[in-house]
Amino acid sequence: MRKFIEKAVIMDEDQMDRALKRIAHELLEKNKSLDNAVILGIRTRGVPLAERLKKTIEEIHGIVVPIGVLDINLYRDDLTSLTEQPVIHQTVIPVGVKGKKIILVDDVLYTGRTIRAALDSIIDMGRPELIQLVVMVDRGHRELPIRADFVGKNVPTSKREKIDVLLKEIDGIDKVIIKESIEEDE
Amino acid sequence: MIKEKDLLGLRNISTDEIDEILRTAVPMKDIIMRDIKKVPTLRGKSMATLFFENSTRTKSSFEIAAKYLSADCTNLAVSTSSVQKGETLIDTAITLEVMGIELFVMRHGASGAPHFLGRNTKARIINAGDGMNEHPTQGLLDMYTMKDKKGDLGNLTVTILGDVAHSRVARSNIWGLTKYGAKVRVVAPETLIPVELQKMGVEVYTDVDKALKGADVVNVLRLQKERQSSGLLPSLVEYNKFWGLTSKRVELLKDDAIIMHPGPMNRGVEIMPDVYEHPRSVVDEQVTNGVAVRMALLFMMLGGKSGDDIN
Repeated sequence: MRKFIEKAVIMDEDQMDRALKRIAHELLEKNKSLDNAVILGIRTRGVPLAERLKKTIEEIHGIVVPIGVLDINLYRDDLTSLTEQPVIHQTVIPVGVKGKKIILVDDVLYTGRTIRAALDSIIDMGRPELIQLVVMVDRGHRELPIRADFVGKNVPTSKREKIDVLLKEIDGIDKVIIKESIEEDE
Repeated sequence: MIKEKDLLGLRNISTDEIDEILRTAVPMKDIIMRDIKKVPTLRGKSMATLFFENSTRTKSSFEIAAKYLSADCTNLAVSTSSVQKGETLIDTAITLEVMGIELFVMRHGASGAPHFLGRNTKARIINAGDGMNEHPTQGLLDMYTMKDKKGDLGNLTVTILGDVAHSRVARSNIWGLTKYGAKVRVVAPETLIPVELQKMGVEVYTDVDKALKGADVVNVLRLQKERQSSGLLPSLVEYNKFWGLTSKRVELLKDDAIIMHPGPMNRGVEIMPDVYEHPRSVVDEQVTNGVAVRMALLFMMLGGKSGDDIN
């Protein structure tokens, strides 16, 4: 196992909050209407972020957007090479995806493989009108031709580094930190 | 994670493993319910069914489960295979194994046949019924259905009605349910109750009405008709009169109790047609749940690496 040590805090609670508010504005600017939209959070950390985005849109624009939860584990491309199998959870989309504007939410965009799996899983459930991607942090190093439509913060990283988005709902605190692998120092 | 290479029965499996199977079956059931019933999870994995006894639901259920998960499933038709030329069980399995089969689903009339095969193959084995021993995936789907409808298995009183002596379904139900502390009652004519049954932790009844009174679940077993010719029963009509589940007997159960049957049914023998159509009959749902539970098992046994590979 590689060990990581915390290097710096990239975003604090206020900055994360402001980023979500800005994204809420940008979403409405780009889409004009969110009448037919569904916010889908990718498990695990996309889920509380999706809930916050829903709340923020409601506060700013007075629009209630339905929300769902996506588990992408059945669509992973590395299932047969993992030593420990992931726990499969339910995907819950109360209104379906057919003909909807899907606002996909995740914490970190890195290789793009999670998003590829998410896109496949959404399309297997029906044909949405469009899919847009919201991430709190884009750290680069894409391995697939995938990009985010709305980004909280772009953070250039090296592959030895790791980004953790900590959320009150799961971790008890709101902050984004960057960690560095210390393996090569040993 | 299934710890052993093979899933042979519920007798030697932990509640942690059962919990994981039942939990994983929940999202699997969602896949069965949607328009596109396919996920790419087990793409490129190969399995085969080896059925030495007849089957409709178990065999097609495994095959459908494999397809929904994108695994390739070969069905060996034993009656038209080289088994008829005298090829042995092990040689038959190894022939398929060297073609790349990684998991066998096996049903055989001899108790212990899958255990024997498991010791002689690298491929993983799921027992789909061996003689009078166990039918673990039926036990699991029954437990899934009970848990889904009635909640915590430990709080339930389950009455198993019928030919317990010859039933692998009964044995898997008993091993599984008693692990969770469920109260299991067993009721049958005395000729169809095996001698050592109390040792399995069940209450044995010979009075149907008493056994049904206040139960949360009744699981009716199929009466294998050949039991009559072997002298264990006077007649099917008499069996129906004294042991069959009628709507009148259903009223003895708790008001919200469920009625289960593993199929295939002998309508008018162990269960009356109107009981099968009763609003609290979950017989058809059991079949759907069977696909979900088998998907969960295939995912756990074919996806990722097995315990042996890691060690």
